[in-house]
Amino acid sequence: MTAKSLFEKVWERHIVVPESADTPAILYIDLHLTHEVTSPQAFDVLRARGLKVRRLDRMLATMDHSTPTDTAQIFGGLPIRLESAARQVRQLEVNCAEFGVDLIGLKDARRGIVHIIGPELGATQPGKTIVCGDSHTSTHGAFGALAFGIGTTEVGYVLATQCLLQRKPKSFAVNVGGRLPPGVAAKDLVLAIVGRIGVNGGTGHVIEYRGPAIEALSMDERMTVCNMSIEAGARAGMIAPDATTYAYLKGRPLAPAADAWERAVADWDSLRGDAGAYFDKSVSIEASELEPMISFGTNPGMVTTISGNVPVRPGDAVFARSLAYMGLSPGDRMAEKPVQVVFIGSCTNARLSDLQAAANVLRGRKVAKGVRVLVVPGSQQIKREAEELGLAKVFQDAGAEWRESGCSMCLGMNGDLVDAGQYCVSTSNRNFEGRQGTGARTLLASPASAAAAAVRGRVTDPREFLG
Amino acid sequence: MDPITVIRSRTVVMPSSNIDTDQIIPARFLTTTVRDGLGVSLFADWRYDRDGRPKPDFVLNQPAAQGCQVLVAGRNIGCGSSREHAPWALLDFGIRVVISTEIADIFRSNSLKNGLLPIVVDEVTHEWLLANPGVEVEVDLPASVLRLPDGREVAFPIEAFSRYCLMNGIDELGYLLSQAEAIERYERAREGR
Repeated sequence: MTAKSLFEKVWERHIVVPESADTPAILYIDLHLTHEVTSPQAFDVLRARGLKVRRLDRMLATMDHSTPTDTAQIFGGLPIRLESAARQVRQLEVNCAEFGVDLIGLKDARRGIVHIIGPELGATQPGKTIVCGDSHTSTHGAFGALAFGIGTTEVGYVLATQCLLQRKPKSFAVNVGGRLPPGVAAKDLVLAIVGRIGVNGGTGHVIEYRGPAIEALSMDERMTVCNMSIEAGARAGMIAPDATTYAYLKGRPLAPAADAWERAVADWDSLRGDAGAYFDKSVSIEASELEPMISFGTNPGMVTTISGNVPVRPGDAVFARSLAYMGLSPGDRMAEKPVQVVFIGSCTNARLSDLQAAANVLRGRKVAKGVRVLVVPGSQQIKREAEELGLAKVFQDAGAEWRESGCSMCLGMNGDLVDAGQYCVSTSNRNFEGRQGTGARTLLASPASAAAAAVRGRVTDPREFLG
Repeated sequence: MDPITVIRSRTVVMPSSNIDTDQIIPARFLTTTVRDGLGVSLFADWRYDRDGRPKPDFVLNQPAAQGCQVLVAGRNIGCGSSREHAPWALLDFGIRVVISTEIADIFRSNSLKNGLLPIVVDEVTHEWLLANPGVEVEVDLPASVLRLPDGREVAFPIEAFSRYCLMNGIDELGYLLSQAEAIERYERAREGR
């Protein structure tokens, strides 16, 4: 028997009709995550063609992108300030009511960023195919699911048929040896990986992250790594399920229970890639050599160490244009760059352990004068947990804003924006031009690095605050 | 969507590499609930100044770009967000073909489903196209060939099923719906129903 990778095993389980020269494979989708931004036009297609949602039980719908993070606009009776965002939120409510979709709505205690609540509720499970009209669906690969982002037309296909037409992607092994040193986070690892393989290095491929450094990561950390697979252009990123995965899932509301749990674990165990499985591409990285990372340019492949300098690339006009946007020069030191905004949040880094890492730096300290710090938990559940653990108080005492959950300043759709020309150390995933607001300058980093920048008002190695 | 067979057009060239979908259509325009009318917001942050006036030096604002259906982009276009608003905005502006050395997966998939043809060409052809903006090219989808003004023919890869859909102006939903029996059989076998 041919040795198979994790990806191949999950892929093969979901083939409804195999691919041929003329037609792609029909791939079955186990879980369809839906949010307000990429679904309205898909529901319109169903309406226009007189179709129903095929499997309401395989959907998880919520709102996260356009939603306010201001408590008064959610619970205080104030209207959502941005009219177009309010309309989009209403449209999702109307669509879900009309098609019978169970919606985790604006005031629901389970609400949060879709890629955070899927795992939190136990809907994300090993071996599943998971899609969402959102590129960061790759997050769910941390559980050994095959999870990828789709466009709105495909959202319509999944609503109507629970299937997609897909050519089998290639496979890419990212082997990470050693262990992350103290003070170096999963975010630093994935920034280093994207920097190494580039923003197009994974195009057409599904990445499998493997090796001792990956096995040692918590589920929160694995999700941070898989989340940014798309930033390397990969279709998806996956990590084999193991005891860490099972310990996370056990007892969650939508996870299998009782006898079904034992059967599920036995099945999930069989998903692990076989020794000698073939990969179209591979790369090896040594975790113990890594340092805290930060981006300096306008795509997530443009990264360096916090102790490092902006690279020098004479004659590269695109690189020069990117630095001009960032207000940086070749050879500039990253450490000590003044920052005006710090954003701790997003589907990359807004889980409880991310907030703990940031709070460990901020505890008993104050945010530097003139710096605006926004802390946006990934879900309402994380918000409650952080409040119970006293983390919220740490942030508020330091002078940070503590908000309701959502995508917020990662892409600023809800009006949480960085002003033109301002530098924002952000725990999010993309530093594209204008991503956090027109003219905004994003510096991607880990939660600890973001918190360190908040305290100093400058780009700072978080290891200065260790111990 | 409009079928594509043969498109003859001058090219408009944007030599930046890694043009991401946040540039093609910034997030603040995604609160729309319809597909139409996004062309005016295409490349908004590159195309307009703070006060919303078109920047005369931006390529899409120049008279030569008007009516062009073929966009030649620098290396690797479409990375980032899955927003289908990106191909919707390009199409609404009048672009029907995007050419680069690499095209990001989700953007390529979204383009194919809306009648926007993504074409990957070799480095030499790409360099030539970047260096010769505004040339008249012929995109022959049935033959899967790009014809340059000097008579050169450059074959481009396109998945057979996608080509069929593009040439006939149909999406894949009809085909998927026609497979309902196979889908039901799969569900019964998997779920023991």
